Amino acid sequence: MAVTKLFGASIKRREDPRLMTGRANFTDDVRLPGMTSMAVLRSPHAHAKIVSIDTSAAKAMPGVVAVYTGADLIDDLAPVPCAWLVPNANLVIPEYRAVATDRVRFVGDAVAVVVAEDRYLAQDAADKIEVEYDVLPAVVDQEAATQDGAPQLYDNVPNNIAFHWELGGGDIDAAFADADVTISKRIVNQRLIPNPMETRGAVAAYNPGSGELTLWVTTQNPHVHRLLIALTTSTPESQVRIIAGDVGGGFGCKIPTYAGEMIACAIAKRLGRPVRWQEDRRENFVTTTHGRDHITQLEVAAKNDGTVTGIRVKTYASMGAHLSTAGPGVPTWLYALMLPGPYTIKNFHADVYGVLTNNTATDAYRGAGRPEATYLLERAMDLVARELKMDPVAVRSKNLVPAGEFPYTSAAGLLYDSGNYQGALAKALEVIDYAGFRAEQAKAREEGRLLGIGFSTYVEVCGLAPSAAAGAMGFQGGLWESAIVRFHPTGKVTVFTGTNSHGQGHKTTFAQVVADELGVPFEDVDIVHGDTQMVPMGMGTYGSRSLAVGGAAIVSASRMVVEKARTIAAHLMEVGVDDVTFDSGTFYVTGAPDKVKTIQEVALASYLAWNMPEGVTPGLEATYFYDPSNNVYPFGTHVCVVEVDKDTGQVAFKRYVAIDDVGYVVNPMIVDGQVHGGITQGLAQAVYESAVYDEAGQLLTGSLMDYAIPKAAMLPWFEVDRTETPSPTNVMGIKGAGETGTIASTPAVANAILDALAPYGVDHIDMPLTPQKIWRLIHEQKG
Amino acid sequence: MYPAAFDYAKPATVAEAVSLLSANPDAKILNGGHSLLPAMKLRLAQPAMLVDIGGISELKQVSVNGGATIGAAATYDDLLKHDGLKAHTALYEAMSKVGDVQVRNRGTVGGSAAHADPAADIPAALIALGAELVAVGPNGTRTIAADDFFVDILTTALEPDEVLTEIRIPASGASSAYEKFAHPASGYAVCGVAVALERDGEGTVTNARIAVTGSVYKATRCSAAEAAITGTKATAADIEAAAAVAADGLELAGDHYASAEYRGHLTKVLTKRALTRAAG
Repeated sequence: MAVTKLFGASIKRREDPRLMTGRANFTDDVRLPGMTSMAVLRSPHAHAKIVSIDTSAAKAMPGVVAVYTGADLIDDLAPVPCAWLVPNANLVIPEYRAVATDRVRFVGDAVAVVVAEDRYLAQDAADKIEVEYDVLPAVVDQEAATQDGAPQLYDNVPNNIAFHWELGGGDIDAAFADADVTISKRIVNQRLIPNPMETRGAVAAYNPGSGELTLWVTTQNPHVHRLLIALTTSTPESQVRIIAGDVGGGFGCKIPTYAGEMIACAIAKRLGRPVRWQEDRRENFVTTTHGRDHITQLEVAAKNDGTVTGIRVKTYASMGAHLSTAGPGVPTWLYALMLPGPYTIKNFHADVYGVLTNNTATDAYRGAGRPEATYLLERAMDLVARELKMDPVAVRSKNLVPAGEFPYTSAAGLLYDSGNYQGALAKALEVIDYAGFRAEQAKAREEGRLLGIGFSTYVEVCGLAPSAAAGAMGFQGGLWESAIVRFHPTGKVTVFTGTNSHGQGHKTTFAQVVADELGVPFEDVDIVHGDTQMVPMGMGTYGSRSLAVGGAAIVSASRMVVEKARTIAAHLMEVGVDDVTFDSGTFYVTGAPDKVKTIQEVALASYLAWNMPEGVTPGLEATYFYDPSNNVYPFGTHVCVVEVDKDTGQVAFKRYVAIDDVGYVVNPMIVDGQVHGGITQGLAQAVYESAVYDEAGQLLTGSLMDYAIPKAAMLPWFEVDRTETPSPTNVMGIKGAGETGTIASTPAVANAILDALAPYGVDHIDMPLTPQKIWRLIHEQKG
Repeated sequence: MYPAAFDYAKPATVAEAVSLLSANPDAKILNGGHSLLPAMKLRLAQPAMLVDIGGISELKQVSVNGGATIGAAATYDDLLKHDGLKAHTALYEAMSKVGDVQVRNRGTVGGSAAHADPAADIPAALIALGAELVAVGPNGTRTIAADDFFVDILTTALEPDEVLTEIRIPASGASSAYEKFAHPASGYAVCGVAVALERDGEGTVTNARIAVTGSVYKATRCSAAEAAITGTKATAADIEAAAAVAADGLELAGDHYASAEYRGHLTKVLTKRALTRAAG
């Protein structure tokens, strides 16, 4: 690999001074002349018929511009779209309207919309709208929702089953028939609420003269938004401009196109005045998509020597009250393909029901399907170890794909690009001093203290690609990425990328890569993303794809620029192209290093165009669309050590070691930050976070006073290190780093707590492992 | 998160504040604002007027001289800088465990007492230390014992037109401690126990005050545990016996995060821990 000046350097993020000093430009910072504010009246019921809506008092209030119901907007907007049409699943997409017309199906469903001169007046007026509901029975448990007699959300979705999908590999029945031991366990992967720091928001402006619709919206994929807004608002796609500005976190929940921005667009077109909508935190909790929410019957087949021969799951996935943009893809492909994990498990089978329930829709949440699979698999490894009285590390070692077998085709048919799974495990064992810990644990147990250690050896699929695979999976888009690299006459460089940073630091990482490729100063490279008028095409940021796909596209475009510049330089130096060498921003004649042209000189010459080679066009820029041949597969081992307080059930984190392999690393500090954030969210699922609904469909954890996002003091010190196994898939040898921490940490933490509780014979507790649950088990075992 | 419209007044004296409250029955006092403002943003509270007592300098006075007198508008951060308050350990520890740095920079002991959140830390500490709360209203000044001050969820003995002006901690010589199990989201007490022990020269407990918050609907004394520890030498066995009855007679609260049974259990565990430290 060409390790150059900036590749591998922990450069401080160039984004941060602006973000930290309040100079960012989020959607809610947008102010336009004549702008109105929109408030949405939302259903307080999880399931009800709308009998009547009286908006007269609201309309009469001072400062109110307009009030709309679902009936008023029915012709303005197509239904809220679902764009992942999973094939062979009897998929039914029920019609979900941006503003409900006759029936509401979750708490937070939009019932009416007020547009006023300011946000306070809009809220005052929304409070004056009278809605009469006929409350219907609700169902929030996805397993119960499939039973005969359960409340039905839609007439055309019998038993609330939106899809039923299966995937398998090998011979699962034979695996169970030939097993020495089998394990069966019902495991819940609880619903989570993403909670980006910036809630969702939109400002829509329509120019009746030009017909142009501009939408400032907080999104991870502006071009997907452009397409779906064009289709749902009946606006030509060429007339729709999406501007993402700064995006304050996404974690997957800013992939979908939502009712909120669609409504703002429709009203802006009607009024000819800009409409601003910013979700408040309470709305965010109920209207922005949630994640996870599986009920699974897990079955494992194994041999007495610890070889795991089969994994079978029957999963009920809650989709919420409608199918969100990418919703159906998450508990199907993104989940089941990873069930064999980093192991040589030959046989697996997944049976998945996507179920509609009376709560907020689910969609991608950091890791999206892969954490759910990894959690089951890593719990399975510990359950097998417990059953066979083996060391959990020994069971993992027994089953890991050997380092010499890459590229390796998994039982699910994925081609794992490269790996050294044992290498990461060995490094983790060394850092944690595994033998020393087990001795300490034995001593602690004699003293009546509960120490535990948990492992997670994982692999994940990211850098999602190629487009043909996306098509086979029913995803209604490609998974390529575009890049434009443009020199200006002054030698400055602008890079346009279709990925869209929402906190990942693309303006830093991508500039490091480009500065190396072009041999120009880092400061001279500007990265542009998030505005569809500046970046013509793109697919966005999710699935840890930005560097692996978008970054690789940028490298290819940069190299095209260099090749064009080489042609011009050769012409200017009056030598053949083959005689010109490029190194660190300078073209020189091979063997005559004093005869040089800098790339900046060439850039200027290309725009002056006074003296161009025959057949070479003016200007110096290149466009490249990159469609990878494969995904990338980061892997590693995470280890957590905990102590459980027997009296209260509280968990104290003693150590957390993360050994990740994300291939070559451009900016180690940024990758460390991604890993820290990922571990935080994954650990939070294990012990803190849970979206809890009551039977009527009311969200009991609907605020940050109730929903426990951890503060720094609630986390362990992260001991982060890496191994480096380059991916052969892309030119940089990089894998993805955005989701590894979330995927790996949840089972590591749960396994650690359950290891601590082993003296009580406890082998599973559903997440989050709260003090109360832990205390209750200890208490019951004590009798 | 958009409050309804309200009027705002910032009086310079207690008397002015009292007359504003008397003239505006739907007015609310604004102190640190950390409980009231979130409720207003959710429109759960819609006061017609906020009377901001942050401009009344006398309410920020603190004096420590054996006992302590704390102005109702003194922030936690101000108070935690008074080393003299460390002698009133239960209160000092409770204050140090309230929320986070940002909350302690704005929040006040007076505000917490007057708001009477059933999961707040301060009420238990005030009860355990035998504090008195001073209120000024149209009819003058009165003093209310902490035992009588906390009436119910979000309800105190204060009249709507009274201003809580100061909190007095007596110079009892008690040794005290506060133990807390914090809710992972809110930081409020799932259970909090404050204890204060007075002992004679022989080490015998002559007076015990034990108060629990979080587990219950209002900060409440654990009379059974107080009776059990009084008259003992507070040995480990005595403490164990007292802790075992700490939840007796309490009306325990429960929710999806922590059931009444679990909170009752925590009450015992934290009583034991607080007594152990106070007796140590």
